[in-house]
Amino acid sequence: MKFPLSLLKRFLITDASLETISTTLTAIGLEVDAIEDKATQLKQFVVAEIIHAEKHPQADKLQVCKVNAAQGELQIVCGAPNARAGIKVALANIGTNIPTNGMEIKKAAVRGVESQGMLCSGAELGLSTDGAGIIELPLDAIIGDSIVDVLGLGDPVLDINVTANRGDCMGVYGIARDLAAAGLGTLKPLCVPEIKASGACPIRITIADADGCPVFVGRAITGVKNSASPEWLQRTLTAAGMRPISALVDITNYFSLAFGRPLHVYDMAKLSGNITVRNGVDGEQLLALNDKTYSLAPRDCVVADDGAALGIGGVMGGASTGVSETTTDVLLEVAVFTPERIAKTARALQIDSDARTRFERGVDVGFVEMADLRVTELIIELCGGVASERAVAGELKFKMPEIAFDANTINALGGVNVTEARQREILTALGFRDHGTHMHAPTWRHDCSQPADLAEEVLRIVGYDNIPLASLPKPATISRPAIDGKQARVSNVRRALANRGLHEAYSWGFCSANQAAAFGGQAEALHLINPISAELSVMRPNILPHLLDALKANAARGLADVALFEVGATFTDVTPTGQRSVATGVRTGLKHGTHWNSSPKADVFDVKADVLAALETAGFDANKAQISRNVPAWYHPGRSGALMLGPKTVLATFGELHPATLKSLGVDFPVLAFEIHLDALPPSKAVKRKALMTSDFQSVTRDFAFVVDGGMAASELVKAINAAEKTLLRDVSIFDVYAGKGVDAGKKSIALTVTLQADDRTLTDAEIETVAKAIIASAMKTGAVLR
Amino acid sequence: MIGADRTAATAALNAALDARKAALEAAELNERLQSEFTDVTLPAAPNPRGSIHPITQVTKELIAIFADFGFVVAEGPEIEDDFHNFSALNIPESHPARQMHDTFYLKGNGAEPFPVLRTHTSPVQVRTMVSQKPPIRIIAPGTTYRSDSDMTHTPMFHQIEGLVIEKNIHMGHLKGLLHDALAAFFGLEKLPMRFRASFFPFTEPSAEVDIGCRRGKGELVIGEGNDWLEVAGCGMVHPNVLRNCGLDPQEWQGFAFGCGIERLAMLKYNIPDLRTMFAGDVRWAKHYGFSALDIPSLIKGVAA
Repeated sequence: MKFPLSLLKRFLITDASLETISTTLTAIGLEVDAIEDKATQLKQFVVAEIIHAEKHPQADKLQVCKVNAAQGELQIVCGAPNARAGIKVALANIGTNIPTNGMEIKKAAVRGVESQGMLCSGAELGLSTDGAGIIELPLDAIIGDSIVDVLGLGDPVLDINVTANRGDCMGVYGIARDLAAAGLGTLKPLCVPEIKASGACPIRITIADADGCPVFVGRAITGVKNSASPEWLQRTLTAAGMRPISALVDITNYFSLAFGRPLHVYDMAKLSGNITVRNGVDGEQLLALNDKTYSLAPRDCVVADDGAALGIGGVMGGASTGVSETTTDVLLEVAVFTPERIAKTARALQIDSDARTRFERGVDVGFVEMADLRVTELIIELCGGVASERAVAGELKFKMPEIAFDANTINALGGVNVTEARQREILTALGFRDHGTHMHAPTWRHDCSQPADLAEEVLRIVGYDNIPLASLPKPATISRPAIDGKQARVSNVRRALANRGLHEAYSWGFCSANQAAAFGGQAEALHLINPISAELSVMRPNILPHLLDALKANAARGLADVALFEVGATFTDVTPTGQRSVATGVRTGLKHGTHWNSSPKADVFDVKADVLAALETAGFDANKAQISRNVPAWYHPGRSGALMLGPKTVLATFGELHPATLKSLGVDFPVLAFEIHLDALPPSKAVKRKALMTSDFQSVTRDFAFVVDGGMAASELVKAINAAEKTLLRDVSIFDVYAGKGVDAGKKSIALTVTLQADDRTLTDAEIETVAKAIIASAMKTGAVLR
Repeated sequence: MIGADRTAATAALNAALDARKAALEAAELNERLQSEFTDVTLPAAPNPRGSIHPITQVTKELIAIFADFGFVVAEGPEIEDDFHNFSALNIPESHPARQMHDTFYLKGNGAEPFPVLRTHTSPVQVRTMVSQKPPIRIIAPGTTYRSDSDMTHTPMFHQIEGLVIEKNIHMGHLKGLLHDALAAFFGLEKLPMRFRASFFPFTEPSAEVDIGCRRGKGELVIGEGNDWLEVAGCGMVHPNVLRNCGLDPQEWQGFAFGCGIERLAMLKYNIPDLRTMFAGDVRWAKHYGFSALDIPSLIKGVAA
């Protein structure tokens, strides 16, 4: 909220400096966003008069001006088309800094002609957007005076953030009250004006929607003249960022700004019959003051006459009954609209207005009568006319909560020691009525209903900075683990993947429908209602699309050898169990960049190794898993696999991505990928280690080569060999796979080394021979032939 | 020749032979080693190094600090319901505070209230208080979403939330803890701090926390100077929130706080642009990322 300091000082008697006011506002919860202090900024710019102007001898668009300044005659080169003899202008002397660009004015030659200063435009001084011409000051301005005085810029403007709970500070009077309570001065009481009313209000007011509008006070003022408002009012509104329109409109805007009290005036000549405040009717249309037409509904609280809806109560008035210069008779509305209803209406109709912001936070319900009197007084003062008596519909008395007050409770919550007397003093200054054991909340504080609220009031006025720091006691014993096994596992997987050369990335939790479609699609339930863009409109079923985007972006910068991973959520439904934790990675290009010895491309065995390294770090023995070729459609069917735990649980998938998938996402290079489903891993149990038993007897190795079908999985053969012997066989490892000359077409040769050992003896030739025969027999059951 | 002479002669001969043999072997070895010359200035065997993202690193740093105070890590889902994200946290449907949140809604089953992408990590407070008895000390790091996107806002970001529910906990403890934790995080003995009154529906009293800093030419120094930077929101847990979670505000009180992880990472590690955090640019990762072996721990401290 923006307001000029002068308005604050209308209500607060204070000698505090602007800086003290600003620091205090921020400390008590009314954060100052900005202070526009033109007086300080523009003090050095002074009035001067152009006495002679002629074309620059070297430049068509420049003029050489003789300027009458306080210190004497100056010669100044100026590019403004409106520079001419006889006008008063804003002069920047040598050494002055231009506020908008920080440039210092120096004595200089402009195209060979000396210039002893600068004549400024409104844009250069931050006063307007007009940069084409220089400022023309009133002709009676005195040469040498600061333009701050001439233009009335001596009033700093504060811009503060009013939090959603403080409706009372949507008016400057409330801000003044807070500052007074904080010890920065004295709040001026508002006197009750006396209005000479003549006759009853000719318009009858009826409330049919008491839920939306508990009270509506109307008053007719006849014989007014709605011309421009006086200068003080225009200046106040302009400083606050509002445009002066006409006296009547400006008065209502002033009450909104000064007291957080939205009002409305209707042109009585345009009313038909009496006023009813009622629910909107489905299909009803209203052309509002912002020139937009709205479709109303029963959720809206509508002010209507006998003919039609006149306005959306507490949100925006209608165009049909607005006041103009020709208006002579008006109906003044001072009403209260309920925050819940205002919120619903304003959200449904998407209207932002000053009235909405105030009613939504809650206005001072005790200020209705006072507002009516003061507005009436001001209208008569500025526009003339005669007021009727007021017509009141609804209840003028509101019940505010009684809050139990206990100074000790407040001290205990705050960790402070503020005397009870001081606490009562603060609360009273804020408008609470002290009833001993209870405090009666003021009619403008809808945010205060329980003891904790009183605590905040006391503490913020005392100042949070005056709460002494207290160390939070640490646990008496050594802490329990801060993370559980599952969280530790996720953490370890990240470290393992980074250690394998992949860079960790973070990307959006949502993606485009097209990206989702490339990875199995996404349920309608997981589409956003209000996405920020089509690119981010669906909860991601997979992390890969974003990693692929990152690869594309890296490739566009010439980075072709890239490995990335992300550990994050993917989504299968809207419930907590529908969120899956997945470690996903991609590799492309050379495995480790160019190297003089060898520069292999990343291949399927690299991503398989990534998966195994991650699983091992997660405490999972990969030997317990089977490799299946049953992979999702986005993988290359030949160069990919899935790590399965049992027939159904997919622990991980890895391999080259399907060229069609890549193409659909605009990726024109091969990519290897893996996905590790961390939630599918069985819970890691604390393993109690057994004592290590080692054998000192020698192990022996035997090599075998088998010819098998080209399509047979090597793991099948290893499995068969492992099954041949239970006690002596310690290791089976593949050392060569060969197809080509010497092996029949469609077949391949797999060579393996088998390690045998006994714990209690050296194996005899006969024993070794027996195991070898068993191995061959077992292998042959798979169709393998010893080579 | 007599025996003794013969023995001596044999020994001499053997010694001569051995010496010759050793010399020949040394020469042969020398010749072989000469031929085995390797240019050791060539690059070593490749050992590509990946990196840990600053978001992960900073999260772990904060966990290490808070673990020391007996906090444990709690988590919750990114897709939340209205109760956990709003109403249990004292943010009723009509309250203007809902507007502060720029909430993303999901279609769900097509009926209101629609599921939301959590706008803060505070729902984890609710999930914790509903499911376990106090005393409670948790921190909840996690992904959060708001429909806001410009130079300084991304539609997805990360927060870390803290919650303490005990008896005899007051606002001085909140100030003390945040001071101790943030000072440790930035590696400072003392950190100038400012607590400003503010408003969050789920805390009463509420505060925003600024830390002191100095802004110079292209640099930011935390802990000195006359400028302030907002780093956290906090307050004493609102009695309505305690009641909504089945706790008696007469018996239990406590505080909650929340910080933006990206913001802390940017301040501590001199990252000027928020949006680069989500770009997956390898050059950025190499510059701002952390070694896999650099696991945050209080043993070595978490200062930058």
